[in-house]
Amino acid sequence: MRTRERWAFLAVAAVLVVVLPTLNALPAGSPLRVSDFTLNLFGKFLTYAILALGIDLIWGYAGVLSLGHGVFFGLGAYAMGMHLMLEIGAKGVYQNVLPDFMVWNRVTELPLFWKPFYSAWFTLLAVVLVPGLFAAVFGFLTFRSRIRGVYFSIITQALALCAWLTFNRNAMNLGGTNGLSGFKTMFGFPLNSPGTQRGLYVVTALFLCGAYLLCRWIVRSPAGKVLVAIRDSETRVLFCGYSPAAFKMFVFTVSAVLAGLAGALYVGQVGIITPARIGVLPSIEMIIWVAVGGRGTLIGPVVGAFGVNWLQSLLTTHYPDLWILVLGGMFVTVVLFFPDGVVGTAQKLMARFARVGAPLQAPAPSEPAETAELTPR
Amino acid sequence: MIIRLLLALALLPGLTAPAAAQGAAPAPSPEIATAITEVASSEAAVQEAAAVALGKTGDRKVLPLLEALREGSVYVRPLPGGKKETVIVGDKVNEGEKTLVPLFTAYGREPILGPDGKPLLVEVGKLEEVSTGRSLRIAIRPLIDAFSGQSQLTDPDWTVRQAAAVKMGNAGDAGALPALTEALAKEKDRWVRYALEEAVALIQLKSGSEVERTRAAGTLGSLGSQDAIDRLRDVARDSASSDQLRGAAGDAVKRIERWALLTQTMQILFQGLSLSSILLLMALGLAIVFGLMGVINMAHGELMALGAYTTYVTQTWFQDHAAGSIEYYFVVSLPLAFLVSGTAGFALERGVIRFLYGRPLETLLLTWGVSLMIQQGLRLWFGAANVDVLSPKWLSGGIPVMIGVVLPYNRLFIIGLATAAVAAMYFLLFRTDAGLRVRAVTQNRGMAACLGVRSRRVDALTFALGAGLAGLAGCALTQIGNVGPELGQNYIVDSFMVVVTGGVGKLLGTILAAVGIGGLNKIIEPGLGAVFGKVGILVLVILFIQRRPSGLFAAKGRYADS
Repeated sequence: MRTRERWAFLAVAAVLVVVLPTLNALPAGSPLRVSDFTLNLFGKFLTYAILALGIDLIWGYAGVLSLGHGVFFGLGAYAMGMHLMLEIGAKGVYQNVLPDFMVWNRVTELPLFWKPFYSAWFTLLAVVLVPGLFAAVFGFLTFRSRIRGVYFSIITQALALCAWLTFNRNAMNLGGTNGLSGFKTMFGFPLNSPGTQRGLYVVTALFLCGAYLLCRWIVRSPAGKVLVAIRDSETRVLFCGYSPAAFKMFVFTVSAVLAGLAGALYVGQVGIITPARIGVLPSIEMIIWVAVGGRGTLIGPVVGAFGVNWLQSLLTTHYPDLWILVLGGMFVTVVLFFPDGVVGTAQKLMARFARVGAPLQAPAPSEPAETAELTPR
Repeated sequence: MIIRLLLALALLPGLTAPAAAQGAAPAPSPEIATAITEVASSEAAVQEAAAVALGKTGDRKVLPLLEALREGSVYVRPLPGGKKETVIVGDKVNEGEKTLVPLFTAYGREPILGPDGKPLLVEVGKLEEVSTGRSLRIAIRPLIDAFSGQSQLTDPDWTVRQAAAVKMGNAGDAGALPALTEALAKEKDRWVRYALEEAVALIQLKSGSEVERTRAAGTLGSLGSQDAIDRLRDVARDSASSDQLRGAAGDAVKRIERWALLTQTMQILFQGLSLSSILLLMALGLAIVFGLMGVINMAHGELMALGAYTTYVTQTWFQDHAAGSIEYYFVVSLPLAFLVSGTAGFALERGVIRFLYGRPLETLLLTWGVSLMIQQGLRLWFGAANVDVLSPKWLSGGIPVMIGVVLPYNRLFIIGLATAAVAAMYFLLFRTDAGLRVRAVTQNRGMAACLGVRSRRVDALTFALGAGLAGLAGCALTQIGNVGPELGQNYIVDSFMVVVTGGVGKLLGTILAAVGIGGLNKIIEPGLGAVFGKVGILVLVILFIQRRPSGLFAAKGRYADS
């Protein structure tokens, strides 16, 4: 990293990882204290930021628009949620070792696929492996047969719809529409204590920093260059002897793993996961975080995830009817006027005024040549 | 029949000879006359027996009396000479302090005329009310139903006759047999005849002699009667009946089951065809736009919703301003829905989409944003709840093609509309100059532009056409589903699948994909359930495009890919 960038990264990381939790740990009544609620909200946004980083990797760099990332987020979240459900044990409403919703649904025995989730280690592994493997298989099937562009987006959207329908079914033994909730402890720590929440927040912030560094490493590696090349002209990459399918599969898997991690961290802090978080609409909302922040930059998705969700929590409390309109308007405005997002636009402006050194940014996401030539512009 | 009575009432004042009118009313038979007197008895048991006796006569002229008994408008009028007469009273008329009521005869509900030839008005206080207890009213109900069933058997509308026969058969009242056999002798329509035969056999199976029951079981078997299968199973299991009867019932059950398998297959095929035509209607507009511009219009579902709401608004307008021709609102709303959605599509293309050509993913996101805004706009304007769209009479009901299979008119209408839309698109694309230009731009935009095709105009008009087709689809969907802001979302992913599977450039691909996905969906649904059926379709589509990544009919040659 260049010195300036390193300092900026360290400063932001310090604020997120050290300063905010410390301020939260101050005694109540102190003027500088960050409330538990705010910290929790920030923690949620941080998980979204991890997810957005993953989406940026596949969309901003490899040019593959996935409208089904909610599924991977959900897989991670449900994996963690299942462990937390089992941790409740017999302390639930029905005093049964089975999760409450199973008692409610008259399930008498724990389904087989729930059993491994008693183990915390298995769960931690599953959080990464389940979305990762699923993405690898799905990516293998789609990228290998050169499904791309709009086709890929539509297929992933159908995937999100199917996942939503499936998770909504009571017969799946995953809590149906109500999802998983009512968690009491996480790896033995009581979830309702501010200390645990603070710890979770710090872990999330550390994961975000790690995810950022990982993505940065990937996009700066030679593989990252190939990704950008695939985005700009997949056919030419193919002709150069690379296998775009393998690269895409790799980055899609990484992206899904990040989404799964985000989901797992989300469950602990929000305390509930329902199918409503993994369907078509949430999946496409994730895209707008990245688009608003600026795809093809790594700071963009983090900024976007924070900004859009902060706006959402503001608007939904004061003007619930307006939020969807604003969201739709955001899609239109960003796509039409700010294709580089907030960060990309800012970087461009800065570059224009300062005319010093190109900013830390992948080339502006222009469109692949194959479609560009259709348009006499 | 009541209408006829009312008509007679309306005509009465014009009659110059009231005595003649009164004389024309035929006198009841002695048994009925006794029963009419007894119905007014103060003893509940006597009343009930008399009411049942009246019901058994099957004489339609006692129906008004039974109905009046249930409403409690039967009174006893003292006659000169100490005699009493049971009468029905009409609606009350206030005249000064007095409350007057018109009187009607108990038999046939003819108005009783006074000496001046006008309907007789009597003070309520001078009459004696006949009390009707709860048990009496309960006893009367089936009697009235039987009467109404019998009168429905002669209704001019065949669906009413059929429904009445089915209802009487299921009720299984042996008293209805004479009416049914009488109707069967006169009936010409084969579907009503079928229902009548079924009803007769069902009643005989329930309450006939051993021989009759055996014969009825055989009849029901050969009729393939679904309604009878449970009863026949019971009969076959009943150890009290003879071996012959049980054997006949068992055979009948087997025959019905075989028949049911056939009808279910037919139903599934028809449902598949119906779903296919819906998907086709939706995917047609999407596919043309996708082929021409490489743009997937995520707002397609909302353009459909616009069409559906246009239908709703048209209906409301008709209700307010032209209630007389409400039956035809749908005819008006079809072109209106096309126009409204088409205009919206045109505005969308001219307003925003044209700035994004060559950037399909951005267009996808943009149209998604537009779809959210339209959806929320509809929700704010019309409310989040579903609105009621009535089906015109000519679209309700259906054609029975075989026993147990009825093809509903609304589904047939949608199949017809989809066929017409496809035919129109073929004509437009392959037989007109405009279509030639569309195909030229689809094949090679740059070259077409060089040769003087105004490709931007072609784009805008094609987009508007695709949006208009969405509007038509939305209008058609009002006839089979709920109309709400999320209307478009229910089918939209499926229709995207159709477009992806069908590929671009050929309408045939879209048609085949729609029929394939719609049909498969309905075929695997009974086995897997609706949810896993959808998952199954997705898996099949993914596997399918392993072999054909650009759909059934991919563009070939140097323009297929960069």
